[in-house]
Amino acid sequence: MFVRLSAAIAAIGLLSGGAYAQGAKLTDPQIAHIAYTAGVIDINAAKQAKTKASNKEVKAFADDMVRDHEAVNKQALDLVKKLKVTPEDNDTSKTLSKNAADKSAELGKLSGAAYDKAYVANEVAYHKAVNSALETQLIPSANNPELKSLLQTGLKIFQGHQQHAEKVAADLK
Amino acid sequence: MTPRWILPGLALLLGASVSAHAATIRITMENLVIAPAEVSAKVGDTLELINKDVLAHTATARNGDFDVMMPPKKTVTYVLKKAGAVEYYCRFHPNMKAVLNVAQ
Repeated sequence: MFVRLSAAIAAIGLLSGGAYAQGAKLTDPQIAHIAYTAGVIDINAAKQAKTKASNKEVKAFADDMVRDHEAVNKQALDLVKKLKVTPEDNDTSKTLSKNAADKSAELGKLSGAAYDKAYVANEVAYHKAVNSALETQLIPSANNPELKSLLQTGLKIFQGHQQHAEKVAADLK
Repeated sequence: MTPRWILPGLALLLGASVSAHAATIRITMENLVIAPAEVSAKVGDTLELINKDVLAHTATARNGDFDVMMPPKKTVTYVLKKAGAVEYYCRFHPNMKAVLNVAQ
């Protein structure tokens, strides 16, 4: 279970380890793309949960994720428009999307309480990984102060989501 | 016999004296921070809960005394009904926490 869980984490591990090791500093257009992609991934996971989850608290959590991540991504889009920055696809975004697709296929095979548990466990792990990437790489690398500030708010939101997911996971036990 | 006009006058006076004691306590949630982090109030006071974020928040008492929804970019009010020191938080973002000291 914990091995399968780690697909998403591995992606972000690449991000914090791999990209740094190669000395490739991320640019603002790349950072914007990664942050936006990370949001879209969680929205898609939540949409899948809205159709598959059976537990009421898990369904409510999925609603919260769609609502929050859509609101944050809208802010991100407004900001890149204002800054006239075009988000740029990159290897980290690609790896994130690929791993998320694998994870979604894996979760798609589960149902009932097993699905609920696996979805929430992945939400804990995913937010933890995204938060660590934000803290150690995306925020320090961001150049534009407005982008940096949006990422900092994003970090607080996702830390909140991580705690919320941890509570849901504890309630499922 | 009491003149008729005295009764509404009395009611007005009483009403006025009650509202003079009830205060409005302003609490703001912005960028996932609750301010002030600790505030004192009295039973009967009105909480004015201002959500400046684009996200929905809640003001949820840890002990179950209240659970108020705060839609994005909206202000909602809640009249305090029970005394006590209450820790409250946002159910959607449990890292948002603050304390309310409600006196009788």
